[in-house]
Amino acid sequence: MRQSPAAGTGKRENDVAFLTMAPTLSHYLVLGAILFAISMAGIFLNRKNVIILLMAIELMLLAVNMNFIAFSSFLNDMAGQVFVFFILTVAAAESAIGLAILVLLFRNVGSIDVEDLDALRG
Amino acid sequence: MNTLNLLPVLPEILVLAAACVILLVDVFLPDGKRHVGYWLTQITLLICAWFTLTTMQEQPVLAFNALVVDDVLSDLLKFFCYLSVSAMLFYSRGYMLARGLFRGETFVLTLFSLLGMMVMISAHNFITVYMGLELQALSLYAMVAMHRTSNAASEAAMKYFVLGALASGMLLYGMSMVYGATGSLDLDAIARGVLTGEGNRTLLLFGLVFIVSGLAFKLGVVPYHMWVPDVYHGAPTPVTLLIGTAPKLAAFAITLRMLVVALGGLAFDWQGMLMVLSLLSMILGNLIAIAQSNIKRMLAYSTIANMGFMLLGFVAADPNGFSAAMFYSIAYVLTTVASFGVVLLLSREGFEADNLDDFRGLNQRSPWWAFIMLLVMFSLAGIPPTVGFYAKFTVFQAVIQQGFVWLAVVAVMTSLVGAFYYLRIVKLMYFDEPVDTAPLESRGDTRLVLSMNGLALLLFGVLPQPLMGLCVIALAYSGFL
Repeated sequence: MRQSPAAGTGKRENDVAFLTMAPTLSHYLVLGAILFAISMAGIFLNRKNVIILLMAIELMLLAVNMNFIAFSSFLNDMAGQVFVFFILTVAAAESAIGLAILVLLFRNVGSIDVEDLDALRG
Repeated sequence: MNTLNLLPVLPEILVLAAACVILLVDVFLPDGKRHVGYWLTQITLLICAWFTLTTMQEQPVLAFNALVVDDVLSDLLKFFCYLSVSAMLFYSRGYMLARGLFRGETFVLTLFSLLGMMVMISAHNFITVYMGLELQALSLYAMVAMHRTSNAASEAAMKYFVLGALASGMLLYGMSMVYGATGSLDLDAIARGVLTGEGNRTLLLFGLVFIVSGLAFKLGVVPYHMWVPDVYHGAPTPVTLLIGTAPKLAAFAITLRMLVVALGGLAFDWQGMLMVLSLLSMILGNLIAIAQSNIKRMLAYSTIANMGFMLLGFVAADPNGFSAAMFYSIAYVLTTVASFGVVLLLSREGFEADNLDDFRGLNQRSPWWAFIMLLVMFSLAGIPPTVGFYAKFTVFQAVIQQGFVWLAVVAVMTSLVGAFYYLRIVKLMYFDEPVDTAPLESRGDTRLVLSMNGLALLLFGVLPQPLMGLCVIALAYSGFL
C-alpha cells in the first residue's frame, strides 16, 4: 500500500482510506454500470442534439469494454480482452457510419435536433 | 495442432470474395451496364445455395476453434436467406432502376449484410454472434440511407442506427455479464458453466435480462419495437423488404443459439420474459396496425405481431416449440417477401404504391396480382389453405401442450383482430373501384418469381409436412431435440 500523504494524523487517514485501497472487481463493475447508465440516460433523456446520441453510444460500448477487461483480468482468461479489440474496431466503424448518416440528415433536413426527426410517425 | 478446415465456411468465403469482385467490377462498368453486377450477385447466390446444400453433413462441424458451427440447421436457414435475398433483387430491379438505386453499392451492401446474417446463423461464440450482427446491421443502416435525397430515408436511417446501436450495446452488456459468470465466450462452455451452477446466479440472470432485451430489439417485439414502423416506412421499399425478411431468420438463429444452447439452463427464467414480450407484441402490433393507412407501416406492425407469434414457440421451450418457431419464421419470411413484392410491382417511376388506397380495385386492373395479394393476406392472417395457417396452428399446438391454454386463447383473439386489417385489403382489391388506372408493367422474370412465390404459400399451406419435416430434421441433427 502506498504511503498516504496524511499519514500521522489518525482521523485524516480514515477519511482518505478509500483512495489508497486496491480496486477490486466490484469497483470496476460499478464503474461499468455507472458509465452504462449515463449512456442510457444520454440516449433517452436527450432531446436536443443527435451528436450527443452518438457520444452516448460510444460511451455504452466503452462501459461494456470496461466490464470485459475487468472480468478478463479477474478470471485470468484472454478471451475477454480479445473481444474488447473487436468491439473497439466495430465501434470505430459504427461511428463512421453514424456520422455519415448525420451529414446526410443535416443536408436533407437542415437540422440535427432530435425533435425535428418527426416526419415519420403514426 | 488442428488442420485448417475451410469447408464449413465455404459459402461465407464465397460471398465475401464475390462482394469484393463486384465492387471492383462495378467501377469499370459504364452506366448502361449495371446489370452485370446484378447478375453476378444472383449467380453468387445460386452457387452459394448449391454449395450449402451439397456440403450438408448430418453431424455438426465446428471450425476455427469452435468460433463457427456448420450444422443442418444453419444450412437450411442460410438457404432461405439466399432465397429471400435473391427474390428481393428480382422484385426490386425495376424500382431501383427508376430511382437511380440500381448501382454496385446496392449489390455489394446486400451481399455484406447477407454475409453478416450467415455469420450470425453459424455463430458458436459470443464474438462471432456480435461480429455477424454488426456486419449485417452496419450494411443495412447504409442501405436505408441509400436514397440520398429523401428526407424520410435519412430520418429512418438515423433512427435505425441509434436504436440498433443501443440494442447491440445492451446485448454486449449482457454478454459481458454472462462471460463474467461462466468465464467463457464459447456457447457450449457457457452451457456447461450454467448447468454445473459454478457461475454466480445473480450475475447470470442480470446478463440474461440484457441479452433478452438486445434480442427483442433485433426481432422488433414490443416494448423494443419503436424503430420498426419508422424504418419500414422511411426506407426504400426494396430495403424494407430486405430488413423484414432474411434478418429475421438470422435473429431466430441467434435467439435459438444464445437462449437454448448457451443459456438453456435458465429456460425457466427466459420463458417468462419471452411470454410477456410475445403477449405485448401480439396485442399492440395487431391493434395499432388497424389504424395505419400506409401499407408499409401496416406491414411493420404486422411484423411486430408476427414476431410475437413466433416467440410463442420459444415460450413453449420444448422441441415441438422450437420446430414450430422455425417453421413460423420461414413461413413468415416467404409471405413477407411476396407482400413487398406486390407493393414493388405496383410502384412505378415517381409513384410509390404504399397507401392502402393504391390497392383499390386491383382485381379489375390485374386479377392475377390481386389473387397473389389475396394469398399473401390470407397467409398473414392465418386463413387456410395457406402456409400462415399451419404456422400459427403449430405454435398454438406447442404452447397448449405445455399447458398455457390461456396464452393460446389470447393469441387466437389477437389474430382475429389481425384478420380485420388483412381482409380490409382483400375488400379494397375486390369490391372497390380503382383510383389509379395506370397499366402494371414489370419484367418477365419478376412476374415469374413473384407468381412462384405466391403459389408456394398455397403449396406449403396444402402440403406443410415436407417443410415441417425439414425443420424437425434440421433441429434434430443440430442437437436441439
